[in-house]
Amino acid sequence: MDAAATFQPNAAEAGIDRSLIVRNLTKAYRAGQPVLRDVSIAFAPRGVTAVIGPSGTGKSTLIRCINRLVDPTAGELLFRGDDLAKLRGRALREARRRIGMVFQEYNLVERLTVIENVLCGRLGYVPVWRAWARRFDSKDVDRAFQLIDAVGLTAFATQRADQLSGGQRQRVGIARALMQEPDLILADEPTSSLDPKTSVEIMELIASRAGERDIPAIVNIHNVALARRFADRIIGMSKGSIVFDGKPQELEDSHLLQIYGGEGWLE
Amino acid sequence: MSQAGPVQPRVAFPPNWTSRIVTVAICAYVVYAAQIVDFTWARFLTGLDQGRRFVARMFPPDFSADKLDLLYGGLVESMQIAILATVFGTLISLPLGIAAARNLAPAPIAWAARGAIALFRTLHPIVIAILFVKAVGFGALAGTLALTVASVGFVSKLVAEAVEEMSMAQVEAVRATGASFASVIVMGVFPQVMPRFIGFTAYELDSNLRNSALVGIVGGGGIGAPLFTAFQRFDYDFVLTIVLAIIAIVMVGEVVSGWMRRLFQ
Amino acid sequence: MTDSGLLPSGPAGQRLRQWQRFTPLQRVARAGFYVGVLIAIIWAMRTIQIIPEFLYDAPQQTADLFVRMWPIDWSWYPKTVHAALIETLHTATLGTILAVLLASPVALMVARNVTRSVVLNNVGRLILVATRSVHSLMWALFFVAVFGPGALAGVLAIAVHSIGFTGKFLSEAIEEAKPGPLEALVATGAPPAAVLIKGIWPQVKPAFLAIAMFRWDINVRESAVLGLVGGGGLGMALDTALSNLYWDQAGLVLVVILAVVIVTEIVTAWARSRII
Repeated sequence: MDAAATFQPNAAEAGIDRSLIVRNLTKAYRAGQPVLRDVSIAFAPRGVTAVIGPSGTGKSTLIRCINRLVDPTAGELLFRGDDLAKLRGRALREARRRIGMVFQEYNLVERLTVIENVLCGRLGYVPVWRAWARRFDSKDVDRAFQLIDAVGLTAFATQRADQLSGGQRQRVGIARALMQEPDLILADEPTSSLDPKTSVEIMELIASRAGERDIPAIVNIHNVALARRFADRIIGMSKGSIVFDGKPQELEDSHLLQIYGGEGWLE
Repeated sequence: MSQAGPVQPRVAFPPNWTSRIVTVAICAYVVYAAQIVDFTWARFLTGLDQGRRFVARMFPPDFSADKLDLLYGGLVESMQIAILATVFGTLISLPLGIAAARNLAPAPIAWAARGAIALFRTLHPIVIAILFVKAVGFGALAGTLALTVASVGFVSKLVAEAVEEMSMAQVEAVRATGASFASVIVMGVFPQVMPRFIGFTAYELDSNLRNSALVGIVGGGGIGAPLFTAFQRFDYDFVLTIVLAIIAIVMVGEVVSGWMRRLFQ
Repeated sequence: MTDSGLLPSGPAGQRLRQWQRFTPLQRVARAGFYVGVLIAIIWAMRTIQIIPEFLYDAPQQTADLFVRMWPIDWSWYPKTVHAALIETLHTATLGTILAVLLASPVALMVARNVTRSVVLNNVGRLILVATRSVHSLMWALFFVAVFGPGALAGVLAIAVHSIGFTGKFLSEAIEEAKPGPLEALVATGAPPAAVLIKGIWPQVKPAFLAIAMFRWDINVRESAVLGLVGGGGLGMALDTALSNLYWDQAGLVLVVILAVVIVTEIVTAWARSRII
C-alpha cells in the first residue's frame, strides 16, 4: 500500500490549509423553524470526523450547507480562504470541485458506465464539449482507472452502473469524489443503504483514502459502532445543536442518551 | 501495477459503432431529404419575407357584418357536427368496445370487432370525410358521419382496453347470482368502466371540436369551408378572425371537458 | 340514482346511516349536466342542415363509389403514387426530426427541475399549447401561403404542429429524471451544461427515442393528407384523382395510405419493443 501511495497521484497538494471553520451556521427551511441552530465547529485539516444524531436533527443539512447544495440562512463557512456561504456562480463551482461528496443512495448516473461515472468527478474541470464528446484528458482517464483499481472494481470499469450491487455502487461514488482531487470529503450517510459487512468496508475505504490523501473527511453516520471504529473525532447533534464533541473513547452512554433520548435501546 | 512490464492500454470508451453509424446516417438523411423537399436557404429567406407580408395582411382581423354572419354560421355548424359525432360515436363505441374485449366476447366476435376498429383508426378523419361526401353529398351530414366513424375508432379501442383491464372478480360475482348477459354488462361491467368512459367522451368532444374545423376543407360542412376559401382568396384578415374563433371554441371545449371529467371522477 | 335524496339530510337522516353515493351538490350538478347534454343534442339535431334529397340516393351513391373504385388502377402507382408515397415518408420523417429539434429547448424551458422560473415555465407551456391547438392541416394552409405548395410546407406544418405533443412528453420525461444523480454532479462543481449532458440526457434518452418514434407514427398518418391543401405527398395525388373524378386512382391512393399506416405501426411497435 505504501509503495503504491507514494507512486499514485492520490496524495493531495502539500502546503494548503484544509481546515474548515463553521461559524454561527443557521438554516431554516421555513422561517422561524430552524433545522440548524447557530452551529459553530472547527474541523482540523486532516482526520475523519463522524457526525451522529437522530434522523431529522440537521446532520444532512450541515453537510449540504458546506458544499451549498443547501443555502444557509446565516453564518460563515471558512475554507481555503473563502467564505463558502457567500460564493456564487463560477466561484461556487470552483469551490465545489475541491469538495468531494459521497451520498447515501450513491447517486450514480445509472445508464453511464463505471468509468464515465468516475470521470464525472472531472466535470468541474473539463470544458463541456470535451465531456460531451467523451474526450477526457488521457491523464484523467489513467487516474480514473487507477481509482477504479484502488476501490476494487477493475473488472467492472466499462460496465453500466445499474448492473452493480449497492456496495459496488458506493465504491464508484467514492472513486468519483476522489476523482475531483478534493481537499475535503463529505459523506452523507454513506452506509445506511448497505449491509453490515459492506458498511465496514465502505467506511474503511473512506477513512483510508482520506488518510492517504491527507485530507479531512466529515461523515454523517447512524451507526455508532462504525463511528467509534473509524472516526478520530465524534460530534453528536440533537435538535439542530451540537451536544457532544470529543474523541471516540470519550463518548459514553450518558452522551448517547443525551443525543438520541430514550433509554431501552442501549441495552 | 503498471510498472510490471508492458500492459495493454485500457480503453475507457470503446467506440460504439452502431451509435456512430446511426448518427452519421441521420445527418446524411437530413441533408439528402432537405434537398428532396427543396429546402434551401434562399427559399427560407423568401418564405420569411412572404410570412411577414402574410402576417401583416392578417391585421386587423376582419369583423365586417357579412363575414361575421359567415363565421357564425360555420361555427354553429362545426359545433353541431362535434356534438352529434361525439354522442353517436361514443354510443356506438360502448357496445363495439365490449364486443372487442377478449375477456367478455367470444373470440370470433372479438376479432371481427377489432378488425373494424383497426380500419376506422387507420383512416384519417379527412379521408373518411372524403368518402362520406361522395356517399351523402356535401354538407354537415358528411362531416358528422366522418367524425362519428373516427370517434368510434378511437373510443372503442379505449373502451375495449378498459374492459380488459377491469376486475373479472366483480363480473363473476354478478354472473354467480344467475344474472343474464345483459345484467352482467349493466351491473358488473358498466360501473367499473363508466368513469373512464366519461373521460374518453370528454377527450373526444375536445378532439371533435378541433377536427370539425377541418372536414369543411373537403366539403364536410362547418367552419372549414369558409377557412379554406379565405386562404384561397388571400383574405388573410378573415383567416385570422376564423382562427381566433376556432381557438376560442377549442379552449371553451377544453374547459367544458375538464369540468365534465371532474364531475364524474 | 338512489332514492336516498328524498330523505331529510339533517341529523335524523344521518342517524339512519343512509347510504349516499353522491353529495346533494354533486347530484344537482350531474342532473344539470345531463339536461345540458340533452338540450345540446336536441338543438344540434333540429338545426343541423341536412339536404334530404342527398340522403335518399346515399345508398346508390355509395354503391357507385365502390363500382367506380373497382378495379383499382394499379398502373397509376409507378407513374405518380410511388413518388408521392416517398415524399410523404420524407415529410413525416424530416418533420419529426425538426419537431424534436424545436421541441427540445421548449421542453427544457417547461421542465421545472431544469428551469426554475415560473414565468419561463409558463411561456414554454404556452408555446406547447399554441402549436398543438392549431391542426397540422391548418399549419399546412399557412405554410403553403408562405412557402408555396409542396413538401416543404408539409414538413414545416408537421414540425410545428408536433412541437406541442413532443415537447409536452419530453418535459414530463425530464421532470421524472432522478434528482439524486443531478445533485451529485452539481456537487462536483459541474457547470449546468455538463449536468444536462451527463446527468439528464442519459436518463431521458430512452423516453426521448420512444417519443420521437411514437410521433413519427402519427406524423405518417397526418402527412398522408396534407397534400389536400397543397402540402405535397399522397394527399396531392388523392386531390388530383378526386378533382378529375378518377375514383379508381383515388382508390389506389387510399389503399396505399392504408398500407403505409399499417406498416409504420408495425415498425414502430417493433422499434419500441427494442428500445424499452
